Amino acid sequence: MAVTAGARRHPSEASKKSQETLLRIKGITKYFDESLAVDDVNLDIRRGEIFALLGASGSGKSSLLRIIAGFEAPTSGHILLDGEDITAQPPYQRQINMMFQSYALFPHMTVEQNLAFGLKQDKLARDVILDRVQRMLKLVHMEKYARRRPHQLSGGQRQRVALARSLAKQPKLLLLDEPMGALDKKLRTEMQLEVVDILENVGVTCVMVTHDQEEAMTMADRIAIMDEGFIQQVGSPVDIYESPTSRMVAEFIGSVNIFEGTIIDDEEDHMTLRSPDLERDIYIGHGVSSSVDNRQMLFALRPEKTWMTTEKPDGDYNWSSGTVRDIAYLGGHTVYYVKLPNGKVVQCFLANTERRAERPTWDDEVYVHWMNDSGVVLRT
Amino acid sequence: MSEAPKVKRKLDLSRLPGGRRWVIGAPYLWLAVFFLLPFVIVAKISLATSALAIPPYSAMFEWAEETLNIRVTLSNYFWLLGDDLYIKAYWNSIKIAFNSTVFALIIGYPMAYAIAKAPSHLQTTWLLLVLLPSWTSFLIRVYAWMGLLSNNGLINQALMGIGLTSEPIQMLNTNFAVYIGIVYSYLPFMVLPLYANLVKHDDSLLEAASDLGARKWTSFFRITLPLSKNGIIAGSMLVFIPVVGEYVIPELLGGAETVMIGKVLWQEFFNNRDWPVASALAVLMIALLIVPIMLFHRYQNKETGV
Repeated sequence: MAVTAGARRHPSEASKKSQETLLRIKGITKYFDESLAVDDVNLDIRRGEIFALLGASGSGKSSLLRIIAGFEAPTSGHILLDGEDITAQPPYQRQINMMFQSYALFPHMTVEQNLAFGLKQDKLARDVILDRVQRMLKLVHMEKYARRRPHQLSGGQRQRVALARSLAKQPKLLLLDEPMGALDKKLRTEMQLEVVDILENVGVTCVMVTHDQEEAMTMADRIAIMDEGFIQQVGSPVDIYESPTSRMVAEFIGSVNIFEGTIIDDEEDHMTLRSPDLERDIYIGHGVSSSVDNRQMLFALRPEKTWMTTEKPDGDYNWSSGTVRDIAYLGGHTVYYVKLPNGKVVQCFLANTERRAERPTWDDEVYVHWMNDSGVVLRT
Repeated sequence: MSEAPKVKRKLDLSRLPGGRRWVIGAPYLWLAVFFLLPFVIVAKISLATSALAIPPYSAMFEWAEETLNIRVTLSNYFWLLGDDLYIKAYWNSIKIAFNSTVFALIIGYPMAYAIAKAPSHLQTTWLLLVLLPSWTSFLIRVYAWMGLLSNNGLINQALMGIGLTSEPIQMLNTNFAVYIGIVYSYLPFMVLPLYANLVKHDDSLLEAASDLGARKWTSFFRITLPLSKNGIIAGSMLVFIPVVGEYVIPELLGGAETVMIGKVLWQEFFNNRDWPVASALAVLMIALLIVPIMLFHRYQNKETGV
């Protein structure tokens, strides 16, 4: 039913990442006492990809991560790493390392000692450990801070150390728990790209958990949206944003205007919906090709694809009049809150491509309109 | 026990606003009147000579024939250092205090650890159980141990009853009984600071250790134990320092072999009525204890992690 919006991945990136499955999550369910935290999750994580579990707090994403790490045992289901069932293995036997949200750096050890800790557990030779620690320090640009203790480092530096420590054992799989959670906004954007660079440099497969959609979209190749322990949708950032398959996903990622409508016409190459909120019908450039009994549908339209003019648009479809209720100037773009005739308020983003351009202002009569393929039809 | 502030600031009372100065000044006044002043008096007596008088020592200042005579003698200190009875008593006190501290640590650490790891609704109950015995008088509890340990006491009767021994085992009036009494009485002082330290530990550190390949015991020795260093030091000091001067327990449970400084001090004061020598003993004991107390403070101030 959804529009085919193939992920436009960078060509070199696409070829680099294989389709081979590294981690297979089979029917994982987890109950804490009576409450269901993870609900029959099935996922295949491909070798070399960065995979994000995205959800609000309490969505079960952290529980799933802790099950993969081995800190929690699933109520049922299996975890397979490289074909081997590791469900019963304790954390210290798994070739999986995790970067904790709090970083969990050992406060009584120096940066070097923190990095060497895991290697010492493997009883590696001294010079091998020293060499590996040096390489890790170099990887995260922390050579100068080898002798410092964690409390003598800044937040960003601690994160580098935590990342280096989780990579030092060359795990098959790296887990990141809210990797940017402890950083301030500006540092966060910087570190997101840097961490991705480091991960791609090392070539490690990575599963991350985050509640921050921007972070997931910046860093991950694929995203799974979790809600109430259940995976709602899996796909590339473009898939998730442009072709959400449910109202929950559409509303969770970014802003969206949602109109309820009834199917008037459903053909192979087009369909029309009638919404009580809009003056004109919605025309969509494809059909949902379904003989559903329920003719009630949802139409999801992103605010940046919702255009606003002062002139009446041509055509019989895809527009409505309204008045400007509120204006939020955000620098890069401005958000207009337009009130439609029957009271519904929709959002329009207008990119500020000109300085101080002539724009509609409060209480102006305007028209909102959009193109045939701008929105997505969702079942109720 | 508790974390030292990261930034050490000198407390300057004169710079505080009026009311607050008095509130903060009160404990200092208390210490001055009830600690510093008595100590100065004891130190003064330790520099006098014994005399048959009331009080039984010579005066330091004498005004006679328009001359102020100040008499200060260090003879008491030389006397103490010259007689190996006193040196032995000091050494014995430190040995017993040290051993008791180690025993209290060995017993107290697992207790504190278990309480700190227990579900939070049980922690209060368990801590209360640790403290509960101290709701009874200290003396009564030591007497109770006399009843338990004596030759016809509960333990010997039980041992003879099940036929493990035909003759009662001499336990009371031995160093063994002293150790039992001390460790039993001072255990809460070990458990509480250790608990206060352990309960603050971040569980994610142990998860991280496990994630990096460490098994339980490795995690304990490499992570938990080093991080509880300050708790161990605090607890050990709280046991060690008072035990060095302990009087009641060695008096009631110990025998002739148990020569501790507190007991010697008592004898000098009340049996020999030699106040100056007894005072000198007390001053030396404090001087001896200042070393570990200073070390304790240095560690507390150095504390940064955890």
